[in-house]
Amino acid sequence: MTGPDHILIQVQDVWKAFDDNEVLKGISLRVHDGSSDVILGRSGIGKSVLLKSIVGLLTPERGSITVMDEEVIGMKNRDLNRLRKQIGYVFQYAALYDSLTVRENLEFPLRKHTDADEEEISDRVFEQLKLVGLEDAIDKMPSELSGGMKKRIGLARAIIKRPRIVLYDEPTAGLDPITAREISDLILSLEEQFGITSITVTHDLECARIIANRIYILDDGLFQHQGSYDELKASTDPYTKAFFQVTR
Amino acid sequence: MSEQPTHKEIPYLRFTRNRIKKAMEEVYGITMFGLRFFRYVFVPPYEFGQVRKHLDELGSKSLPLLTVVGLIMGLILALQSRPTLDRFGAGGFLPAMIALTIVRELGPVITALVVAGRVSSGIGAEVGSMKVTEQIDALEVSAVDPYNYLVVTRVLACAIIMPLLTAYVDFLAIFGGFVSEWLSHNSSFQLYFTEVIQSLRFYDILPGIGKTIAFGYIIGVIGAYQGFNTSRGTEGVGRAATSAVVLASLNIIFLDMVIVQLTFLFLGPGG
Repeated sequence: MTGPDHILIQVQDVWKAFDDNEVLKGISLRVHDGSSDVILGRSGIGKSVLLKSIVGLLTPERGSITVMDEEVIGMKNRDLNRLRKQIGYVFQYAALYDSLTVRENLEFPLRKHTDADEEEISDRVFEQLKLVGLEDAIDKMPSELSGGMKKRIGLARAIIKRPRIVLYDEPTAGLDPITAREISDLILSLEEQFGITSITVTHDLECARIIANRIYILDDGLFQHQGSYDELKASTDPYTKAFFQVTR
Repeated sequence: MSEQPTHKEIPYLRFTRNRIKKAMEEVYGITMFGLRFFRYVFVPPYEFGQVRKHLDELGSKSLPLLTVVGLIMGLILALQSRPTLDRFGAGGFLPAMIALTIVRELGPVITALVVAGRVSSGIGAEVGSMKVTEQIDALEVSAVDPYNYLVVTRVLACAIIMPLLTAYVDFLAIFGGFVSEWLSHNSSFQLYFTEVIQSLRFYDILPGIGKTIAFGYIIGVIGAYQGFNTSRGTEGVGRAATSAVVLASLNIIFLDMVIVQLTFLFLGPGG
């Protein structure tokens, strides 16, 4: 089932703790098909924990997470892997495989999960690199790339399988404002081009402004406020106001 | 009269108890991690390409070091043993003594310790670095099982390559013994190796080479376990590499002791 009314990701009353530190305290979220939702919040507040729980990298103690109508919590590895083939994940520091070249990094998901022949794989890799504007980096090792280039390659790797959902973990963290802007614009253009549904975790307001349909503000284990960028910017709530003023 | 514990003993006891508990948890963790290998190794997808790559890396890159170690080990063993054997009028048994010592014990254990130092630490550092840079998570979200892709392939490569490396070191060490004998007593190559071949039986070679498969398994499993459980960034990677060498070496010595006892039990002390 597709369409903007269809809920692609649903998080309900999810609790997650690390030892005595409760990070998520009954959090809930609904992401509609084709929507680009952004989660804002301070560092260490549990944004990435939520993202990793959605993709099954972390297991919450309580609650329910459904992705494309399938319950993720308690799902068998085999089923989880089937689901993950339709999800792209962009890591905070790109997480490129450092023993592989850029080409091999991009080929990796295709070789593992498709029957594409050498020519198809090669064409697809080149096409992805063209999309992110890094055709010249094809034979470079990740250690030879700048932070911004790594993020672009990470983005290209995440979408090379044409996933329905992409999860972005701090896509602009550690970048200068110009590169951060470029990455945000790139995310927006790729999402529009491929009709991707996404959740982005960030504390970069500019990134949120560019890509978000809806923004959630996470604090104390729960979403305290939500709305469009303009609604939240105009909010009189002290925390939201402070967040928008401090990080502007 | 029983002594009452002083207030200083209580924290010490607590510390000791915690250390023992932690060590037991580590042993349990490594055991379960290692046992998973047998569940995964027979189940597809088979990563033959990765196994081949690791075989090449583990084998070819260990060869220069093992060549030097093997030759010098045989040379020293001959130099040290010759005066003692001469004192008992048993100098003629030197080739047999070198062959048996090397093939049964020194060859497998020294090879395993050298490989543990080079490979186990390498696996610990490599996998640990992948862990702290989220590459293992990246594999997982790419629907690739990291245990199968990273651990099974390395453990398999270690278990396959160890007997081959040991056979190579055994040969070089025996040859090193000949070099020593040739230099000091002008021994003939034919006589020396005839003695060596006559002294060795199938039951001397089989346990010696066979146990290195288990050593390889230990080297791979412990290195990968330490890497998989790395935390605290680059500091943790260094610690994983060091712990991998220490634990792998200790386990090799311990396992060797067990295997020697079992060999004596089933095949007798003579072979």
